[in-house]
Amino acid sequence: MSKLRFSDEVRVAQGPRAPWLAITGGALMLISGLLSWSFDNRILGDISVRFYPAGIQLYAMLFGLLAVILGVLLLRRPPWMSPARGLRILGITAIVFLVWVLGSIAYKTSGLINLNEGGWVALVGAVLITLAGHLSPDVDINVMKWPRLSSTLEIGIIIVLMATLLFTVAYTLNIQDGVIFASFLVAIIGMVGGLLGTGFGGYLGFVAANNRRPLLLAAFLVAFLFPFTQNGSDANMSIATQILIFAATALGLNIVVGLAGLLDLGYVAFLGTGAYVGAMLSSSAFSTVGWHPPFVVVMLVGAATAATFGLIIGTPTLRVSGDYLAIVTLGFGEIFRLAMFNLDGNNGPDLTNGPNGIPAIPDLNFFGFDFGVEHTLAGIPLGRFSNYYFLLLLLLMFVILVFTRLNDSRIGRGWVAIREDERAAEAMGVNVFGLKLLAFAVGAFLAGLAGTIKAHQDTSVSPDQYVFLESAFLLAAVVLGGMGTVMGVLVGATILKLLPEKLREVNEYRLLIFGLLLVVMMRFRPEGLVPNKRRQLEFHEEDTELVELVQAEHLHEAK
Amino acid sequence: MTVTETKDAAPAESHQLILEATGVTMRFGGLTAVDDVSMKVHEGEIVGLIGPNGAGKTTFFNCLTGMYIPTEGRVTLNGDTLPPKPLAVVRAGMARTFQNIRLFANMTALENVMVGRYCRTSSMAITSILRGPKFRREEAATRERAQELLDYVGLGRSTELLARNMPYGDQRRLEIARALATDPQILLLDEPTAGMNPKETEETMHLIFKIRDSGLAVVVIEHDMRFIFNLCDRVLCLVRGQLLVEGTPGEVQSDHRVIEAYIGGDDEEEESA
Repeated sequence: MSKLRFSDEVRVAQGPRAPWLAITGGALMLISGLLSWSFDNRILGDISVRFYPAGIQLYAMLFGLLAVILGVLLLRRPPWMSPARGLRILGITAIVFLVWVLGSIAYKTSGLINLNEGGWVALVGAVLITLAGHLSPDVDINVMKWPRLSSTLEIGIIIVLMATLLFTVAYTLNIQDGVIFASFLVAIIGMVGGLLGTGFGGYLGFVAANNRRPLLLAAFLVAFLFPFTQNGSDANMSIATQILIFAATALGLNIVVGLAGLLDLGYVAFLGTGAYVGAMLSSSAFSTVGWHPPFVVVMLVGAATAATFGLIIGTPTLRVSGDYLAIVTLGFGEIFRLAMFNLDGNNGPDLTNGPNGIPAIPDLNFFGFDFGVEHTLAGIPLGRFSNYYFLLLLLLMFVILVFTRLNDSRIGRGWVAIREDERAAEAMGVNVFGLKLLAFAVGAFLAGLAGTIKAHQDTSVSPDQYVFLESAFLLAAVVLGGMGTVMGVLVGATILKLLPEKLREVNEYRLLIFGLLLVVMMRFRPEGLVPNKRRQLEFHEEDTELVELVQAEHLHEAK
Repeated sequence: MTVTETKDAAPAESHQLILEATGVTMRFGGLTAVDDVSMKVHEGEIVGLIGPNGAGKTTFFNCLTGMYIPTEGRVTLNGDTLPPKPLAVVRAGMARTFQNIRLFANMTALENVMVGRYCRTSSMAITSILRGPKFRREEAATRERAQELLDYVGLGRSTELLARNMPYGDQRRLEIARALATDPQILLLDEPTAGMNPKETEETMHLIFKIRDSGLAVVVIEHDMRFIFNLCDRVLCLVRGQLLVEGTPGEVQSDHRVIEAYIGGDDEEEESA
């Protein structure tokens, strides 16, 4: 898709030189990390000292290391990966990274003249890497030639990956400087993109599919261990809990959008239903209901109420196909917000205190375990948000369980059939209406469940938390991450919640940036970051390599 | 399943009446696509439906299977009147294939057939999430039955192929397997050999005999006259939405009205001259 496409003749003629170009470029970037980038030691960490890489210099060295590895791979030419494509992505993101970093240094020290040699060396290295990528020929990836490792080794790969993930997440959250965060982000995108571009991603997916259980276990272990890396600090844990709530809700939405293929634009109303039920049945002084059952009961009531609303608006609208559902759900979202706004005793029964909402919701208390106070486990203090984090992690596990098991069952097959050809599905005896309604109700149920916890974690509910924009963001998380996958939504939710927290400098342009991001995504990767393979096929009917890949996976699974 | 591939016409009258369509009429605004067509199909019988393009054959199928709601007329299966809803029709025991293949392209052959089992299985959301023994048993049975059907139509080796990757002829047979998965009593095939080479057509004919011999009734729309006259016990010819002739292959073949309808009558010849 890059416009800088060299002719095939040039590639063949220059082919043998490309690996050395990549290795040289990588080496230059590695060396640049050891050089000084600016005389000014007050900006972007301390990048003025030679032979003492910090922050940005380390990222440049990582770029270099990866380029050297890909260069060596280019020499060896394994049949199952295409380092050329990886080098192209790596090189271009490295240039973007350096332009951003050098530009920032020049801006902060007022002038390009204030740059030291390191930055320029790195830039030359990045250009060489890009050139190498464009000069080397693409390899048609042969997925049947993936190396078969012993299962211990494969599990080893998974553990290394997961450990890297935990370290990266903890590291990312601790970056305070906006400029460094942005450069780190570009570096991560470049390195992950570079690796995936080589076809390595397909191989990782293959390894992951071979070791589902160890992978799941490792993933949850990483998630579980995360609060222990925070030393009792609640700042990052608050972001983490927000991400978890958001992810769990978006995953519920993904059942509706990704699996059943229905467009729901008012999904946040179900989250709100759960939250309001949670608040009204809590022992808050402002609660309007006299009944305060244990929290487990509250959760069930909240979820059941949301599911009932789902059934009520789904029954008449799911019978008609097309965009009607989107419009009706959009309307329902607004009705919900306005109803909560007005049920204050003046215009109807006093249920929600109107615009004031229900504040002062007490923290949860499970059998004497108070969620509001700090607990210490293995010498590490865990604050209030850590407590909620663990509860939300359980919720997320439950939602993932529901999602994956429904997907892999008679019902999931029915949903796929409906997405592929609704009329044919009906003619083959699939209960189209029933399955759509089920998706709608299950989605609403899960959102309601999340809502009851959210009410306690936020300590208050009010109508302005559940506006259309929130529904749009949930949908964006699903579309951005990948319709129909768990991993995709987790990635999408993390990006959409983490970026605004970390990039406060550009917070005013948040919507503009997300809008642009989505437009770019729709142009270049409409199936999302971590797509469902079948969904991807639906978007790219002509991609024979992809068809082959999916086919190979099916054949492998059958064995 | 023992298979006897005979072409001997099953004595229709001695078998039980399965499908009866009475006075089916379908109007789209001013256009009458199907005009007062009646048809009876008995157990173990193969009925052919022929007619020139636009005669209303597929529309008639759509009326039978509930995909269209007929303007007038009644369709009964085993004496019970069928509501014009595809779901109810399939559950009652009538399955169909499509003229323009409508497989679930991005699912494997096995998954396609497993979708066909949907209406004969029952595990719902909670069972699917809890994964109890009943769910596992049903899932295994579904898989096994789907594999059995793929073997039956001769696709036993293509189980894990994506439907979109299969050769055309195999796709048509996969559609038949998917329809058989709904445990029908009567199978409606809409141009099952369109686009097939002679060898594949031959195989399809044997497959249809095999299905008939297992006790199903079959209704076939087809343009390949040799195929239809070799295959069917009885043939109906539709022209401009109306039932023109009904009879044995021999009778229909020699009927001058049928020949006229296909090749054109005197006045039409003049026009084209």
